[in-house]
Amino acid sequence: MSARLSEPSTGAVTKKLTLYFPRSETEKPIVYHLVKDYNLVINIFRAKVTPEEYGYLVLDVTGTEEDIRRGMDFVRTFDVRIDESHKGVRWDRDTCVMCGNCVSHCPTGALHVEDRRSMAVAFDSDLCVECLACLANCPYGACTSVF
Amino acid sequence: MKTYEEINARIESGKAVVLTADEIIEYVDRKGLEAAAEEVDVVTTATFGPMCSSGCFLNFGHAVPRMRISEAWLDDVPAYCGIAAVDVYLGATELRQGDPANTYYPGEFRFGGGHVIEKLVAGEKVQLFGLSYGTDDYPRREIRTWLTIHDLNQAVMVNPRNCYQNYNVGVNASERPIHTYLGLLKPNLGNISYCSAGQLSPLLNDPLYRTIGVGTRVWLAGAQGHVYAEGTQHSPTCDRGENDVPREGAGTLALTGDMKEMNPKFVRGVSLMGYGVSLALGVGVPIPILSPEILKAAAVRDRDIYAPVIDYSGDYPQRTGKVLAHLSYEELKRGEVTLQGKSVPVSSMSSYAWALEIAHLLKDEIRRGEFLLSRPLRPLPTRQSMASLKIRDKNRREVTR
Repeated sequence: MSARLSEPSTGAVTKKLTLYFPRSETEKPIVYHLVKDYNLVINIFRAKVTPEEYGYLVLDVTGTEEDIRRGMDFVRTFDVRIDESHKGVRWDRDTCVMCGNCVSHCPTGALHVEDRRSMAVAFDSDLCVECLACLANCPYGACTSVF
Repeated sequence: MKTYEEINARIESGKAVVLTADEIIEYVDRKGLEAAAEEVDVVTTATFGPMCSSGCFLNFGHAVPRMRISEAWLDDVPAYCGIAAVDVYLGATELRQGDPANTYYPGEFRFGGGHVIEKLVAGEKVQLFGLSYGTDDYPRREIRTWLTIHDLNQAVMVNPRNCYQNYNVGVNASERPIHTYLGLLKPNLGNISYCSAGQLSPLLNDPLYRTIGVGTRVWLAGAQGHVYAEGTQHSPTCDRGENDVPREGAGTLALTGDMKEMNPKFVRGVSLMGYGVSLALGVGVPIPILSPEILKAAAVRDRDIYAPVIDYSGDYPQRTGKVLAHLSYEELKRGEVTLQGKSVPVSSMSSYAWALEIAHLLKDEIRRGEFLLSRPLRPLPTRQSMASLKIRDKNRREVTR
């Protein structure tokens, strides 16, 4: 086994990416090539890959900056659109009434009370794992999923 | 000691001293009760949360030819037509026609009466569909039109029960998740949910109804409305602490106000998974500081207000009366409480942050001389409790089931 296929060396970074697939490209083994040819570690959070429909992958990509750049150039050759640091879950501050019903349903504390004096609610998207518990539990529809 | 007239004169001259129910706590600590009561004219209280017993009367005006509407839908939500020809009452918890409710449990309840009321206040267009049997003087039998609140002659919110003085804290002691009006309650005391603005909440700041009564002018979602009666289920005879503050539901207010004057931010449709639809409202109530006793009550703080913890998987639906614990709002607002030796995360259905915002909005209106206080026409009842519904046969003999 070559060194290129071992664990990414120090200097590796992790990027959260959303790949949007056109209708015709969903059958190609893109993730396989990212792992094998570009030495990237892939952690898929959400996926919808359905024949004859557009699809998406929400994934963490770990590798050197150079390998990630080359891997994404490869992905773009399939007419796949890449959205960096994109979250599938959105919290709309204007729709939120700051009741705090969500906070005991959010497993990571992404939705949290940021100030115990005013009891204002805030959303830290870096902590969100897109479990979607907030979507079902928000009485006002303040949390939505783009997928 | 001050009078309503003196306080209103100070408001009109722009000299009134107004503090929120949050600010008054430290103010009284610093100045002392007697001195603070001399200085402060008004304390503003507020709450924002789902208030199911809400709705509105709408008058559409007459079409050509005339129609005595006998069935009506607004954006497919049925409205009550058992009143005059083009008047309807739209209730907050009415489901949209064809909503599967809990057929596929838990239902989503995405849209209902509360959402139509939100759209109307926001100035959005709403579809009216109406049917009638037709009469000689009202021959039209069907109508379909799109309207906004500006097209209506009247859009008056009339809410039989708002502003519960205090409220249950819900938990779930069973083995499965349950869906309630306090939100999703996880099994085995997995979370806890409360619904009160605590130290900001109107009736918790006037526990014996010394100033809030029938006729009191209130801030109802930005409109100047008023208390038109005690709310339904008003039960002042209840478990109270040494500070007279109820340790359970207790008093309620029936409120009314002109929807055309309301701020859409504070009129919001509510979807509660597995439960239904409702309407969340912002309400602010000013308390005139007529005496040190009134100020002392208005300076109540979260740590001195207790709410009963009830198991909504069994004790609540079966009305056993069992209370698992009493928790103060100070404890609840920390975000985690200890219940039966277990650490339990806390959620709230009531928005303290928005209640605080409303208390400040009302304070600013009073300071600008735009909101005068009204003396109640009559006080709220101070002694009555809530009757249960007995199930009887036609000979009025009580039956067990």
